[in-house]
Amino acid sequence: MKTLVWVEHEEGQLKDATLSAVTAASKLGEVHLLVAGQNVGDVGAQAAKIAGVGKVHVADDAAFAHGLAENVAPLIAGLMDHHDAFLAPSTTTGKNIAPRVAALLDVMQISDILSVESDDTFTRPIYAGNAIATVKSSDSKKVITVRGTAFEKAAAEGGSAQVEAVSGTGDKGLSSFVGQEVAHSERPELTSANIIVSGGRALGSSEQFHALIDPLADKLGAAVGASRAAVDAGYAPNDYQVGQTGKIVAPGIYIAIGISGAIQHLAGMKDSKVIVAINKDEDAPIFQVADIGLVGDLFKIVPELTEKL
Amino acid sequence: MKLLVPVKRVIDYNVKPRVKADGTGVDLANVKMSMNPFDEIAVEEAIRLKEKGLATEIVAVSIGPAKAQETLRTALAMGADRAILVQTDADVEPLAVAKLLQKIVEEEQPQLVILGKQAIDDDSNQTGQMLGALLGWGQGTFASKVEVDGQAVSVTREVDGGLETVKLNLPAIVTTDLRLNEPRYASLPNIMKAKSKLLAQKTPEDYGVDIAPRLSILKVVEPSKRQAGVKVGSVDELIDKLRETGVVG
Ligand SMILES: Cc1cc2nc3c(=O)[nH]c(=O)nc-3n(C[C@H](O)[C@H](O)[C@H](O)COP(=O)(O)OP(=O)(O)OC[C@H]3O[C@@H](n4cnc5c(N)ncnc54)[C@H](O)[C@@H]3O)c2cc1C
Repeated sequence: MKTLVWVEHEEGQLKDATLSAVTAASKLGEVHLLVAGQNVGDVGAQAAKIAGVGKVHVADDAAFAHGLAENVAPLIAGLMDHHDAFLAPSTTTGKNIAPRVAALLDVMQISDILSVESDDTFTRPIYAGNAIATVKSSDSKKVITVRGTAFEKAAAEGGSAQVEAVSGTGDKGLSSFVGQEVAHSERPELTSANIIVSGGRALGSSEQFHALIDPLADKLGAAVGASRAAVDAGYAPNDYQVGQTGKIVAPGIYIAIGISGAIQHLAGMKDSKVIVAINKDEDAPIFQVADIGLVGDLFKIVPELTEKL
Repeated sequence: MKLLVPVKRVIDYNVKPRVKADGTGVDLANVKMSMNPFDEIAVEEAIRLKEKGLATEIVAVSIGPAKAQETLRTALAMGADRAILVQTDADVEPLAVAKLLQKIVEEEQPQLVILGKQAIDDDSNQTGQMLGALLGWGQGTFASKVEVDGQAVSVTREVDGGLETVKLNLPAIVTTDLRLNEPRYASLPNIMKAKSKLLAQKTPEDYGVDIAPRLSILKVVEPSKRQAGVKVGSVDELIDKLRETGVVG
C-alpha cells in the first residue's frame, strides 16, 4: 500500500505532529509525504530526512500558503490517484483538510486513530475517550487523521527521500487568509512537552493564572495548559485548552491545578504518565485518575511548591 | 439571507458514557439525550445573525430517529423558524449526513450553513468540511467569531497556535467552536410557540441518498482504567514524589 502523509509545518519548520503520522503510515505501507505551502523548499528538505520516507512531494504555490483547505484538498485528491491512503495528524490543520479530501474521494474518514490493526482496521476513541471502537473501512482508499500521542515519533534524521515538485489546481477563489494571532512562547509546545502545568477555573483571574501557573511552569521547564472553564473566562488563551475538544496531551507529568476533572477535560490528558492534582475538594473527580494528589488551597500550595523546587 | 443549521441528538454532555457489556457500543437506553452542545452554539449564532438583521430565515435540520424531533423543537424554541427531520433509525456516518445536507442545501438555497465542529458522541469532526467539499463552498471551521459583510463572511478560527482569520465568499460553511457564543435557554412562551412551527418529515430515500455505512464497528471496549494513586499531606512530600518520577530534577 502507498500512503501520502500531510506534512505539518510553520514558519519554515516541520512540526513534530508529522512524525507520529509517519509512524502510523509506515504500518500501512510505503510512506510518501506532501509538503504544501509557499517557499517551502526548506521544509521539503527536512521532510526528506525523516527516516523511512520514500518520496516527498512538494507543492510550492501561493495558493497553498496558509493551508487553505479549499485549495489544498483538490491537490491531495489528485495525488490520491497514485496513493491508497491519506494520513494527516489530528491538528487543527489536519482536521480542517482531511474531511474535505475524504468527501472529494467519496470516502468515509477515520478520525483520530489510536492504532493500526491491519490495512483496513483501526481503533479510535469515541464519547470523549470513554469508549474505544475498532472500525473496519470498506472504502478502497483510506483517509485518516492520527492522534499524535498514540504513535511514537519517527526519527527526524536518517532518511534521504527523493523530492519531487507537484502542482495542484491553484487558487479556487473561495477563501482567503486575512491574518493570525499566534503567541510566541519560550516554553515548550503543549502537545510535545514532557511536563505540563495546567490551571482551571479556581485560578479566578487572568492575573492570578499567570502569577501562579507561569512561575511554576518555568521552574519545571513545562508547558502551560488550561481547562475549558479557564479559557472561557479569559484566564488563558484558547490554544491552551486541553480536552475532548481542545488539545490531546500525554506528557511525562501533568499537574492539574484547581481543575475538577470533568470527562471532557480527562479526555485530553488521561494518558499522561504521571498525573498530579492539586484541589481543595478531596472528592473532586480529578483525584480518581491522579497518581499524586494534594488536597488544599492552591493559593497557598502553588507558591510554596514553586519556591521549594 | 437564509441560514441552515444542522443539529444532532446525542448523549447529554453531563452523562458518563458506559460501554455495553457485549462490546457492541455505548449504552444509550434510558440515558438523557440532548442537542449536541456545538450545535446549540450554531443555532445561537444563527439567531444572533437574524437579530442583527443579517439573516431572514433559519431552517434547522436533523438526521436521526423520530426522537430527534425533540432536538428540532429545542432549536425552534431557541429561535429557528422551521425544521426538517430526515428520519432514520440507522447510524448515519458524517459522509452520508453531508450528502443529505447537500441535497437539502440545493433545495433550500441557504447562503450560510452553520454546523457544530464535532458531535460529542462519535467525535468525528468531519461533516462541515465534507459538506463544503460536496458543494464546492468555502469553509470556516472551529469558529470563535463570525462577521457577515455583504457577499463575504470573515471567520476567526481557533487553531493550534492561537487564532486565524479567513474570509470566505458566500455561500459558505461555518463550524462552531466553544467560544463563539453562549447559547440562550428557550423561554417558556417560546417553547409553547415552537410547538406550532413547521416541522417537515422526510426520509433519506426522499433525497435519493445511499446512507449505507462505509465503516463497520467490529467492537467497542472501555479504555484501560487508571488506578487512583496516593494522596500526599504536604508540599514537601509532593516534591519527593515528583522527584521519584525521575522527570523532575
Ligand atoms: C461540548 C463541550 C466540550 C468541552 N470540552 C472541554 C475541553 O476540551 N476541555 C475542558 O477542560 N473542558 C471541556 N468542557 C468543559 C467541562 O465540562 C468542564 O466544565 C470544565 O473542564 C471545568 O473546568 P474546571 O475544572 O477548571 O472548573 P470547575 O469544574 O469549576 O472546577 C474547579 C475546581 O477547582 C477547585 N478549587 C476551587 N478553589 C480552589 C482553591 N482555592 N484551591 C484548590 N482548588 C480549588 C474546585 O474544588 C473544583 O474542583 C467541555 C464541555 C462541553 C459541554
